[in-house]
Amino acid sequence: MKIRYAAIAVLTLASCASIAAHADETLYRQFGEKEGLTRIVDDMYDNVLADPRTAPYFEDAPVKRIKPLLVEQFCVALDGPCTYTGRSMKRAHEGHAIDRAAFNALVEDLQLAMDKNGVPFHAQNKLLAKLAPLYRDVQDRP
Amino acid sequence: MLTTVKLFPKRPFTNASADPAGMSQSRREVRRVYALEHSHGAPSDHDRSNHYLRLFTAMRLNRLSGSLAGIVSAALVTFSPGASADEPPVVPLTGGKLLLTGGVSEVEGAAGGGLTPWAVIGGYGTAQQMGANAHATYIHTQDYALGTYGVTVGVANRVELSLARQTFDTRDAGAQLGLGENFKFNQDIFGVKVRVLGDAVLDQDTWIPQLAVGIQFKHNEQGDIVKAIGATSNSGTDFYISATKLLLAQSLLLNGTLRFTKANQFGILGFGGDRSNAYKPEFESSVAYLLSKSVAIGAEYRMKPNNLSFAREQDAYDAFVAWAPNKHVSLTLAYVSLGDIATIKNQRGIYASLQAGF
Repeated sequence: MKIRYAAIAVLTLASCASIAAHADETLYRQFGEKEGLTRIVDDMYDNVLADPRTAPYFEDAPVKRIKPLLVEQFCVALDGPCTYTGRSMKRAHEGHAIDRAAFNALVEDLQLAMDKNGVPFHAQNKLLAKLAPLYRDVQDRP
Repeated sequence: MLTTVKLFPKRPFTNASADPAGMSQSRREVRRVYALEHSHGAPSDHDRSNHYLRLFTAMRLNRLSGSLAGIVSAALVTFSPGASADEPPVVPLTGGKLLLTGGVSEVEGAAGGGLTPWAVIGGYGTAQQMGANAHATYIHTQDYALGTYGVTVGVANRVELSLARQTFDTRDAGAQLGLGENFKFNQDIFGVKVRVLGDAVLDQDTWIPQLAVGIQFKHNEQGDIVKAIGATSNSGTDFYISATKLLLAQSLLLNGTLRFTKANQFGILGFGGDRSNAYKPEFESSVAYLLSKSVAIGAEYRMKPNNLSFAREQDAYDAFVAWAPNKHVSLTLAYVSLGDIATIKNQRGIYASLQAGF
């Protein structure tokens, strides 16, 4: 019984400690602010076009318009000083038959872009946590 | 179409920074050929034959490397018809889940942590895909050893089927227990798990976890022995419900499982006993912290019933590190404590598990 309670306590403590240790307000700075986000979005876009899983969805997309909007969107997600001026995620993606595998593939392409630009893994996860629920608006097949 | 013609041939495929980490030269070649094949441009015959030659070489390299990864991705890339304006892009056959989000193989064969099933469906398939893997796990304590191997198939990220075989080696303790040195108990486990609701990974704006229910049918081959030591049966069925949540902003994964079981020492010592033959609710939990995309560390805890009067049974716990360099292989190492087993005290030791699949 002692062991049982000790184990539960350790598990609980581990979760609390980890949550506390990772609360910080410098997230936007960890991404290199606007300049950093612009580089990340450029690299991510290169990746999705080179990725056979995502390329078909981006081939005819208006890249010049999309990139600054992605920067805005990421900036807002990181509590940076930006306003998102694009269409809703739902309107921007409907009718493109985007499925979960393609959504996740883009996540991987974004992770690589963040790696390349030196964003720490745990900061990356904070951005991804904000973006992940967008799958409901982006995806129109499972 | 004009856009694609312009875009594709200029793409920096050889630029390592734009490529997923660890992509082999041959995979890059396949991708390059794929891109050219699907650019809808009009390459010259010379170009085209060159591309096919490259594709052939790339696939041969893949085969030579013996890498399941290479073969599968080459096949997927080669047979994907590509996208046209009218048809939605073709979904690849597997590999759509994010790294490690299919869990590893728990000791009874289900996708989960090391000791407990999670609500995730094994393999890397999404709702339109399949996933599967094979695993081998070895636990070595002071006096015993438990080996498990098996296969797990995930269908449409909804249903998981698993088959595992466990061998429990009593080693020197076998003589002490009157069974004979190196006496072995063998157990087969067939598991079915169904994801009921939720998405542990993407539903980051809600506390609702991913929920799954599962059944594990177990059959122990040493029926006479387990009955002789007081077990009621050498077959048993576990029922469980698992809730799994990834707290991505905290890089933390939490799992809780409630299992209804009669199993003595996972079923190695049979089911039910002279002390109790009733189903008991047993709580199991895992906490994992993501150190990087490919490495997670964590701890687990699993309650066990105490049905046999000849030897008390205690709860199990472990501390683990899991490493998945890619979506085709993972290695889990742990320190595990199983408590007393068949009167021999305080069994603890190493746990190692290798999983390979897609």
